[in-house]
This record gives sequence, C-alpha cells and structure tokens, in this order.
Amino acid sequence: MSTQTEETRPLAKKKKKVPFNYSPYVRGGKLPHIWCPGCGHGIVLKSLLRAIQLSGLSQDDIAMVSGIGCSSRTPGYVDFNTLHTLHGRALAYATGVKLARPKLKVIVTTGDGDALAIGGNHFIHACRRNLDMVVMVYNNSIYGMTSGQSSPTTPQGTTSTTGRYGSIEPTFDTCKLAQAAGATFVARGTAYHFQELEKVLHEAIMHKGTAVIDIIDACPTYYGRFNKYKTPTEMMEKIEKEGTVSVKQAEKMSPQELEGKLLRGIIHKSDRPEYLDEYNRLLERVQKK
Amino acid sequence: MQGNEACAEGAFYAGCRFFAGYPITPSTEVMEIAAARLPKMGGVFIQMEDEIASISAIIGGSLGGQKSMTATSGPGFSLMQEGLGFACMAEVPCVIVNVMRSGPSTGFPTGPSQSDVMQARWGTHGDHPAIVLTPASVQELFYETVRAFNLSEQYRMPVILLYDEIVGHMREAITIPAPGEVEVIDRARPSCAPHEYKPYDTYHGDVAPLAAYGDGYRFHVTGLYHGADGFPTNNTKLIEETGQRLLRKVDNNRDKICKNEELYLDDAEIGIFAYGVSAKSAKFAVKELRKKGIKAGLLRPMTIWPFPENAVEELSKQVKTIIVPEMNLGQIVYEVERVAQGRCEVKGVLRADTEPIKPAQIIESITGNGFFTASSKMSELMVDRDMLDG
Repeated sequence: MSTQTEETRPLAKKKKKVPFNYSPYVRGGKLPHIWCPGCGHGIVLKSLLRAIQLSGLSQDDIAMVSGIGCSSRTPGYVDFNTLHTLHGRALAYATGVKLARPKLKVIVTTGDGDALAIGGNHFIHACRRNLDMVVMVYNNSIYGMTSGQSSPTTPQGTTSTTGRYGSIEPTFDTCKLAQAAGATFVARGTAYHFQELEKVLHEAIMHKGTAVIDIIDACPTYYGRFNKYKTPTEMMEKIEKEGTVSVKQAEKMSPQELEGKLLRGIIHKSDRPEYLDEYNRLLERVQKK
Repeated sequence: MQGNEACAEGAFYAGCRFFAGYPITPSTEVMEIAAARLPKMGGVFIQMEDEIASISAIIGGSLGGQKSMTATSGPGFSLMQEGLGFACMAEVPCVIVNVMRSGPSTGFPTGPSQSDVMQARWGTHGDHPAIVLTPASVQELFYETVRAFNLSEQYRMPVILLYDEIVGHMREAITIPAPGEVEVIDRARPSCAPHEYKPYDTYHGDVAPLAAYGDGYRFHVTGLYHGADGFPTNNTKLIEETGQRLLRKVDNNRDKICKNEELYLDDAEIGIFAYGVSAKSAKFAVKELRKKGIKAGLLRPMTIWPFPENAVEELSKQVKTIIVPEMNLGQIVYEVERVAQGRCEVKGVLRADTEPIKPAQIIESITGNGFFTASSKMSELMVDRDMLDG
C-alpha cells in the first residue's frame, strides 16, 4: 500500500481489467453486512474502496466516521481507523479527529436523516468551515434503520410510516444546501452509476476542503414497499437512472425536460482556504509575537 | 486570578491541547482563555456551533490523541449529556467543566447554584460510572483540574469539574506550580503489535490501553455495547460484563478517587457536609460554633461522585446530626440520608434564590433563632470577607 499523501498525487488513471481485491480493506469476520437485499449501500461501499485504492492512501491514514443509521454501519466493515458515533453527530466528531490528527484523511459516511435532520446544524457549519474531509450522504429518502419514517429528503407526496397520507413537507436538495453553506466540492452520484460514483469519490478524496457527495440510493425494504415499487431493480431504474441526469447531459436539456430530475456529477467546485491551512497560518502569526 | 482562568491554566498544565466549546454564562471565560492561550502553545481551539458539537469534537480530539476539554453551564450541560454517555461507553478520556447556574431551563444565568449535582451523576441515560470533582477555591480549582485530567486518563472516562458561579468568578492570588511539581498522568498506550491490538482488552485489568487514530493501530470505536475488539455485540453476557466493568472501574478505586477535607471532626457532635462554595460558609460557621462551645465539624468532599460513602458513614456513626447546606432545593442531602441510614438526624439547609448560603443560616439551623446576639450579626457581615479571601 502506498503511503503517498493525496496532496502530492495527481488523479490517477484506473488500470484496466485487473480484478479488484477488496479483501485488504474489509475486516475479517465482520461480514455479512446488515444491509437488506436490494439495498445499494454495498455498491456505494465498493465504489468508495476502489476510489480509495486509486488515491493511493494508506489504510492507516484514513479515519472513517459515521453517525447512526444504515449507512453509518459502514465503518464497522472496513479496516481503517473507524468511529461509529451518535445520531447526527458524525461531522462534529470528525471535526475533532481531523483537528487533532491533521494527517488523517477523514471520510464521513452518513444518511439523509442523520446528516440533514438531526445533524443539519453540524452539516451547514462543517460546510462553512471547509475543513478537509469527505462527506458521503447515503440518500435513500427514508429512515431505514428505524423502519421507514419520513426524512428531510423524502419526496413530497410519497408514503412513509410517518407520512401515511403522503408527505406534505418540501425536501432538501443536499447539494444546493451544501453549496450555499460553503462546501468547496459538491457532487452527486448514484448506486446505479457506480463507475461514475467511483470517479466522483476519487475526486472528492483528492479535493482539499469539505467535499459533500449526495449519493442517491434506494431503500427497497421500506421506501420501495410503501411506494409500490415492485422490485429493487425497478426502483433503481426509476429513481437513480431516470431520476437523474449528468451535468453534461443537462447542458443540452430544456428547463421543462430537467424538471423533477436531479443533477449528477460534480456540481460545484471552488477554491477557498481550507480550515486547517487557515488555522496553521493563525498559529504562525500568534507564535511570532 | 479568576476561578475560570485557574481552571484553564490547570488544564494546560495537565497537557490539554484541545478545546472545543460554545459560549455560555457563567463558564465562558474558560473558553475565552483557551482561545487566547492554546494557539500560542500550538494547541487546537475551536468554537463549535453548539454544545452537542463541542463534546463530540473533544471526544474526536481525544481519540486523535490529544487531551481534550470543553466548558459549559446548565443548559449547555444538558445538551452534552448524550455525548457524555458516549464517552462513558466508548471509554474516551476527556474533561467537561460545568460552571453551575440555576435552572431548569434558562433559569438565572448570572447567579450561582449547586443544582446540577444529580445531573452530573445521572444526566445521561443508562447505567454508567461518574467521576465529578467539586473544587471550592481558585487555587484548588487549578489542582483539581489537573486531577480531573489525571483521573480521566487513568480510568479512560469523562471526568466532570463541577463548580458554581462564585468559585468561577472569584478572584484569588494563586501559585502555579513549576512543570513537574504536580504529577501529570497520561493514558496508557498499547505496546503490542498493531494487528493484536484490542481497544477494550481486559487482559491486564479493567482499563485497556488506548491508541490514537493514525498511530498505526486501526481500531473501531462505537457507542453500541461492544466486545474487547470494539465491535458491536448482541451477546447478553458480554453486555452485562461490559456494563459491570464500567462501574467497577470507579467502584474499585473509590479510595483513590475520593478526596475530602476535614475540619474539627475528631470530637464533633454535629457534622456539616458541604461542597463547593457552600463549604466556605460552612467552614466559617464551624469556627463560629466552636467559639460558642458547640462541637461542630466539617466534612468537605472534593469528589462528590463517586459519593464519599465511607466518610459519611463514619460521620453518621459519630454525630447526632449532619447538616447539609446546598444551593438547591434538595439533592445531595438525600444521598447523605441514604448513607446515614437513620443512624443520625440529617437536615438540609437549602437555598435556591441564587444567593449564597451564609454562615448565619447554617448556624441558625443548629442553634435555632435565639442564638443570635449582636456579635453574631457582626459575624454574618464578616462572612462575605471570608469568602473573598478564601
């Protein structure tokens, strides 16, 4: 495993046709995972591990932090420095880990409820600070672990156990929220477009600053069942494939055609001082005096 | 130096280089001093978006290998309870300062109170251990802050420094010991090979060595009940064992953790059990009572949790009455009653109007109203001076 840091290594090209070996990244004896059949979280995890391998990061140099929920069980399965925290608080814990150990690449795995409901305040402030970390929001529009309640990304009109007659609440757009709050890398991927997701995650890891990736994923067990999707495949096709368009495709589409579709790919990238860089400059300044 | 300032200085002395906090009266000065001093020492200071984030960040910081602290008051302490439970369960050393103000809710932010003693013990849900220190003067606040870090590192758990607004804002001249003069304890680090490391291995005792993220020991930490390797478990036996072990860490070391001050207790017939600023008044009251020929004595716990059961038990066997002055409507008095088991009378001297308990109030509770003479009224005035010079 290379110990080269992300700062010095350019975006690498993936080697073709070499079977990917996941085993070094997976903790022995911790599988099978708890995710339901048809859930996309496993696909997202595979894309992430491939992106990490591509980035050349050593497993010792990665800290994975999560909150509570289905997505947040991810750190238990992978062989990094891992921290499974409290509901909604992953970003605050991650902030502590990163500040105490700047050499670590911090990757946060969180869900739509975890990041945007209970953790909403931490989410906007993490984006505002622009501390170097990757925030993966596994967005399946529902609370999976507590069995199917509405979340801040549940589409209006759809059914959940707490939205029995159709949710009347408007939904958050994770990407718009992240961008408005100041994240310097904002992207969206889906479990369906797993190769695209791998690329996006790779770029997010290479980015210095807060990188937020909204990952559209489907929960067949609850969201699918309540909203009359017959199979996980049908769900994936309707929500992830037909419900999204790539940034490139979108350029050629009219506003009418784009209605109801989410953009996919890197949506926003800006160059703003990273928090630790700023903090180190502050240290230099005050220590000179 | 102000109490809150001494607290921050004590933390730096103990090696604290990570502070995350959110402003709240009357604790804010601790944070402001951390903001001014830590960058100069190359440490980390960050103002978080709320108290929940603050305790979360210090737990993350501690797992990153830094001695970490946050400071708060009343409502902020309420918000921190969930994180406190996490630190207990995951066995992450950290120090939480709660400068008490009266409540519930927003209460009275600028006045003193001692009404969080039960919250400090039982605020978070579930069975868990607690170490809570109650310093009563500025100099003591410095030493007790160092001790709070030492205990937290030694037993791998959160330690709470609990004092009231008067101690926090009181100004006294203090001596800061030279480096090395006061013992500073660091957490045990693993010496085994990284692949053999288990963050909750009890092979050598109830407290396992703790690695830092990024040191080559890749390990898992969770707020779920877990086994020796740190991974979640459904094993009922293991869950019970872990719960018992957490409590045992403190219970078995009660004598090392508890620290009391005693005054005129040898021949005392009336005992006063007082902590924090109320103990200052109690000290004065005891001296006054002795002048009047009343055999009163003071037991002052500097560690309120674990509760100093042995000392209180001894006292209850010796005296007719134990007086418990506290600035709340009855919290620790019940604990004293529990331990005394009817062996003696236990009487609370309570006050929750954000004014300190004065010696006269304590004396009156012992001698009745007829006690006061002109000179006693004088002594009531002298109290405030006594409080200032410690």
